[in-house]
Amino acid sequence: MQKQDIIKSFKDSLFTGLIALALFGPIVGLRTASKGEGLFITPQWGVVFLLVGLCILGRFLININSARRTEIKIFSTLSSKFSSITEDKAKHFAITGILFAVVFPFLPFTDRYFMDVAIMILTYIMLGWGLNIVVGLAGLLDLGYVAFYAVGAYSYALIATTFGWSFWICLPLAGLFAAFFGILLGFPVLRLRGDYLAIVTLGFGEIIRIILINWYEVTNGPDGITGIPRPSFFGLPFKRSPDEGEMSFHTFFGLEYSTMHRIIFLYYLILVLALITNYFTLKIRKLPVGRAWEALREDEIACKSLGVNPTNTKLTAFAIGAMFGGFAGSFFATRQAFISPESFTFIESAIIVAIVVLGGMGSQTGVVLASIFLIGITEIFRDLEQYRMIAFGGAMVLIMIFKPKGILANRKPTILMHGDKK
Amino acid sequence: MEYFIQQLVNGITLGSIYGLIAIGYTMVYGIIGMINFAHGDIFMIGAFVALISFIIFGLTGVALPIILLLVLLIAMLFTACYGWTVEKLAYKPLRGSFRLAPLISALGMSIVLQNYVQVSQGARVKPMQPLFSGGLEFFKNSEFIVTVSYLQIFIVVLTIILMGIFTYLITKTDLGRAQRACEQDRTMTALLGINVDRTISITFIIGSSLASVAGMMFVLYYGVIDFYIGFLAGIKAFTAAVLGGIGSLPGAMLGGLLIGLIETFWAGYVSLEYKDVAAFSVLIVVLIFFPTGFLGKPDIEKV
Repeated sequence: MQKQDIIKSFKDSLFTGLIALALFGPIVGLRTASKGEGLFITPQWGVVFLLVGLCILGRFLININSARRTEIKIFSTLSSKFSSITEDKAKHFAITGILFAVVFPFLPFTDRYFMDVAIMILTYIMLGWGLNIVVGLAGLLDLGYVAFYAVGAYSYALIATTFGWSFWICLPLAGLFAAFFGILLGFPVLRLRGDYLAIVTLGFGEIIRIILINWYEVTNGPDGITGIPRPSFFGLPFKRSPDEGEMSFHTFFGLEYSTMHRIIFLYYLILVLALITNYFTLKIRKLPVGRAWEALREDEIACKSLGVNPTNTKLTAFAIGAMFGGFAGSFFATRQAFISPESFTFIESAIIVAIVVLGGMGSQTGVVLASIFLIGITEIFRDLEQYRMIAFGGAMVLIMIFKPKGILANRKPTILMHGDKK
Repeated sequence: MEYFIQQLVNGITLGSIYGLIAIGYTMVYGIIGMINFAHGDIFMIGAFVALISFIIFGLTGVALPIILLLVLLIAMLFTACYGWTVEKLAYKPLRGSFRLAPLISALGMSIVLQNYVQVSQGARVKPMQPLFSGGLEFFKNSEFIVTVSYLQIFIVVLTIILMGIFTYLITKTDLGRAQRACEQDRTMTALLGINVDRTISITFIIGSSLASVAGMMFVLYYGVIDFYIGFLAGIKAFTAAVLGGIGSLPGAMLGGLLIGLIETFWAGYVSLEYKDVAAFSVLIVVLIFFPTGFLGKPDIEKV
């Protein structure tokens, strides 16, 4: 490396420092705090200088490290190797994954906390798989998926608390309701293209949330619905002391009572629901309608010329995606036993879309990896409560920069005209 | 009738704020074809910078017009730095990759900015004492007195001035020509010796400065801000840009005004709780009949 280069990179780092000073100066350096009436400013220059120093140093190191390019290259070849391995061995991979998921609750290190995180990850995996039908297969960008999740959760909660029907009756009903909403929204808007569709679905998500907040008579407004019945094990409730003449799960099987029973049951419930979603997606990809989705994603005009009705085809994708969102919603409701509009904000939609895109659109395994990664990140930063969402957003940006096609880019059509005879 | 006029005035004021934010969306969409989700948060940062400088200058006791001018310039400068940095960090590396990549990156950036401000400035709402007082009153003899506050006049006049400067910049200067050329064909523009990267950077800087002005107006108009205001204002402004026809600059301003008016009239005549629903419902209805917005160019699909 030459002297000029060092001077050049030094200047460049100083410029970076200047920009960093402008960025952090007012927002970090001058913290506003209310004291009595009005706001006062507490300067925090120490933090600013630390941040600026870090930026200068970081930039300088990047600049003088000419090996940076090669490093990225190594990184990307590694990850492409990784994706080709996972693609070749997709079947083994999936089976190992499922086996691991099945024995997970009985592993020695598994405790309540791990189970809760696992249930959360599985919920996101299921939502990701559901949305993957819409975004990954049919190529429709839906930024309001959480609306269907909310419809599912609320219809489950309302039906279950009003009529007292069991989980297994309410679940399909909630899915149907969500699918119905999907059709309701999809019918007028699916003629829109790309980004217009994205913003309309986003708006729809917000409409649903605002209605949930304001329609007191039905949804109980911001207070939400409480006392949603917990699921029972085929009629056997998970109660410490069952009512007279009633069997509960632990008395029927002669076990010691433990709250873990219910958690484990919920875990298997969401595992089964998620696997059904996955199985359904894998099967429907091979049916005419699934082929039509993929074809539409690749080329809409060609599809029209071949007599595929784009609106109806998209509508099916939308409705089916919404249905799975509704299923996941009912699971969420029964797990929490309490729902409120707070849980269905735009950020949830953003997380689900991020999972699908980061995983590599259309890749089922990618969704799993992305969910574990993203939810894992927020869990690692759990103790730093305030910083976890910064880490989450930062991870989204970084993955996109280094792997713009997602962790597992699998946009290959399921069939090719001339086959890939090698 | 008086009530109607009052709502009209309020709607135009709100519409000016939305319009200024919408321009940032529409310019970025026009030039690189992505929804800049972080733009609403850039607006929020502009509001914070404005609030902080209002507090600082409020202590010095300088005359109000000078404070306003200084705050305006400071907010534009610092917020433009944010817009520029966000583009360099999160969008530039993704130029030329597939369509959804910058969108996800923008979503991530939006989450980062929101939480960054929450961490550094605290999660509580920030109130500010009103700087403006008084206004013009009309229809003094009737039951309902229509008040046009000086603040509203200031907001609308400032918007008109900025729009004038901005239109001049885009239609008459070299920079504007380069910008419009990039919108039409980036490769060709680069071949003609125009620095495309720089033009895109400048687009972000202009968009962010306009958003910061909107942020300053928001602080003055509502008197409270928090780290979350960027989300709702952002999606409404984007709705405005889509309504007017995304990519079209007059469309953004028109859309902003329409969204502001719809929201105020809905809140005034129908129901306050559902005012946010109104804007989105109108958007859905409009898009069914005008799939590319009011002033948008229809995109012709070619095989």
